Amino acid sequence: MKKYIADLTVTNNTQLNSKHHLLELKATAPLPDMVPGQFVEVKVEGSETTYLRRPFSIHRVNRETNSLHLLIKVVGDGTAKLASIALGETVNVMFPLGKGFELTNNKQVLLVGGGCGVAPLYFLAEKLFEQGNQVNVLIGGRTSADILLDDQYAKFGKVYISTEDGSKGEKGMVTSHSILRSNTNNASDYTAPDDKLNGHFDKIYSCGPDGMMRAIAHYAELRNIPCEVSLENTMACGIGACLCCVVESNEGNVCVCTEGPVFDSKRLKGWTMETEVGCSLD
Amino acid sequence: MVNLGVKVHKLELKNPVMTASGTFGYGKEFDDFIDVNSLGGIIVKATTSKHREGNPYPRMAETPMGMLNAVGLQNKGIEYFVNEIYPKLTSYNTNVIANVSDSTIEGYVQVAEQMNKLDHIAGIELNISCPNVKEGGMAFGTSCPSAIAVTKAVREVYDKTLIVKLSPNVTSITEIALAVEEAGADAISLINTLLGMAINFETRKPVLSTVTGGLSGPAIKPVALRMVWQVAKAVKVPVIGLGGITTAADAIEFLLAGATAVQIGTANFIDPTTTVKVISGIENYLLRHNISSVNELIGALDC
Ligand SMILES: Cc1cc2nc3c(=O)[nH]c(=O)nc-3n(C[C@H](O)[C@H](O)[C@H](O)COP(=O)(O)OP(=O)(O)OC[C@H]3O[C@@H](n4cnc5c(N)ncnc54)[C@H](O)[C@@H]3O)c2cc1C
Ligand SMILES: Cc1cc2nc3c(=O)[nH]c(=O)nc-3n(C[C@H](O)[C@H](O)[C@H](O)COP(=O)(O)O)c2cc1C
Ligand code: FES
Repeated sequence: MKKYIADLTVTNNTQLNSKHHLLELKATAPLPDMVPGQFVEVKVEGSETTYLRRPFSIHRVNRETNSLHLLIKVVGDGTAKLASIALGETVNVMFPLGKGFELTNNKQVLLVGGGCGVAPLYFLAEKLFEQGNQVNVLIGGRTSADILLDDQYAKFGKVYISTEDGSKGEKGMVTSHSILRSNTNNASDYTAPDDKLNGHFDKIYSCGPDGMMRAIAHYAELRNIPCEVSLENTMACGIGACLCCVVESNEGNVCVCTEGPVFDSKRLKGWTMETEVGCSLD
Repeated sequence: MVNLGVKVHKLELKNPVMTASGTFGYGKEFDDFIDVNSLGGIIVKATTSKHREGNPYPRMAETPMGMLNAVGLQNKGIEYFVNEIYPKLTSYNTNVIANVSDSTIEGYVQVAEQMNKLDHIAGIELNISCPNVKEGGMAFGTSCPSAIAVTKAVREVYDKTLIVKLSPNVTSITEIALAVEEAGADAISLINTLLGMAINFETRKPVLSTVTGGLSGPAIKPVALRMVWQVAKAVKVPVIGLGGITTAADAIEFLLAGATAVQIGTANFIDPTTTVKVISGIENYLLRHNISSVNELIGALDC
């Protein structure tokens, strides 16, 4: 897939909660084809501590306005500068980078996101919906304030929520949501009330904190469900030139920026069942 | 029309701008952004005698105006290079230079012997200066006897242009430069990365898996410039300058300090079109100053 570098104009900057901003970046030339899970590298201006570009998942591609949306969580000075960018300013962006999710057709799919990991989920849910899949989106967070844009996913499928403090959706970790319990090999574990899943997902997509993705991958492996996860290793170049972003795979170290950021969880070393998982699955 | 061409030993460069090993992959990573053939040359990722997995993640730490890396020479070895990578490099119409590294003299010789047989590899750059491998690498470049030994051994098996890349992690850069010149180097490139370290004060842990790593980027430019100036005065062979070059102004400073050509490394990560911008910037500078050839800038520092 050909990569581009361009100055994009900020046409919208919405603060979603204390830490999250949604940026809309408009291109002059028509945006090329992009796949959910791919990312961009943004040059941040005016930050003394930011020398390298910053990677962000493609949150949404709006063909009507020819714009690219990024969901940004402020964690340091680079993201703080981007979050405070004014309308009409431009940012230099390299896109689209990496390999995205493998999209299935006409299947029962589960998308699991937590924290800022929900960034690629919108684009993914949209594309999966367009390809005739039954889309189920499960979003987790610490409290209701962490649950972002859940209403947006409703147009593509069913939305399930869990918060650790129970302030929205089910109480508990995202990995112990009843929709997952309903999907065991044992039919009597089926507990989700409004659900017609009959204990079956054909594919699981996950992005979010490492521990959450590992737990989901573990869950999927136990049930023989293909599972893709999206990694956020720190990067220098984003295009496979520096070999700084590697993850250990079954074939040795591979670059997350070119071979990923999306990986079949079984390809990743240490992500299979023999290893401990970060979160319990209840 | 100004003349941008320079000569580094037998290498004819259409302009003095090359890419630094380990920051430009094998060139193809940049094909979408620039015409790689418009560069004076490309120096591809290090090749060792055997496959190397490199160091564990994390391998990178961002630092003020630069970064630390601890990649550790990850590559698939010379055999894979010859069979799989080299065929893809032959279509480039610019100087393709291989960066040769290893942890033993026999390993360096083995790689150099294979590279010698490849028509489209215009020369090799001997990396005796990598700070990211446990044995070898930088150890060769930080003492004169070992730098001489490895350069001599490779010289015996390598006929084309042999560039030796120096480590800045030494007390006297000129001593090492004179030693490798004497041992048969056709050109000298410098600098490789400066040994550094980063700590995450919240977790009290080192950022890099290897604790220490190599510093690159604008942060090292003044050190690199000083070393290039010292070495260029001391040796007769051409010097290739690098370390933190981001703009045409940076590149011109290295030429004035005595470099015949320059390499661009970390700046490629921030802007993949840096190299071509530097080339046109040098051209504009020559036009602006009414200088007909870039060669007039080499070593033209007024001091
Ligand atoms: C492929 C990819 C996609 C991403 N998508 C998104 C996205 O859609 N939205 C979003 O908000 N963020 C995303 N990230 C993470 C984002 O790139 C970092 O949060 C950002 O670079 C931090 O920059 P900063 O200057 O604000 O923070 P810094 O000052 O650089 O760092 C602040 C803190 O964050 C930590 N940190 C920095 N980068 C990372 C990282 N990559 N992973 C884990 N911790 C990190 C640092 O260790 C430090 O503790 C993505 C990362 C990758 C690699
Ligand atoms: C990620 C990375 C990988 C590198 N790998 C190599 C290498 O394989 N061989 C080598 O001789 N130098 C390697 N270097 C050093 C560079 O070629 C160069 O000497 C150094 O980065 C200084 O130049 P710069 O500041 O322009 O980057 C590497 C540098 C970086 C940042
Ligand atoms: S970030 Fe440079 S290779 Fe992945």
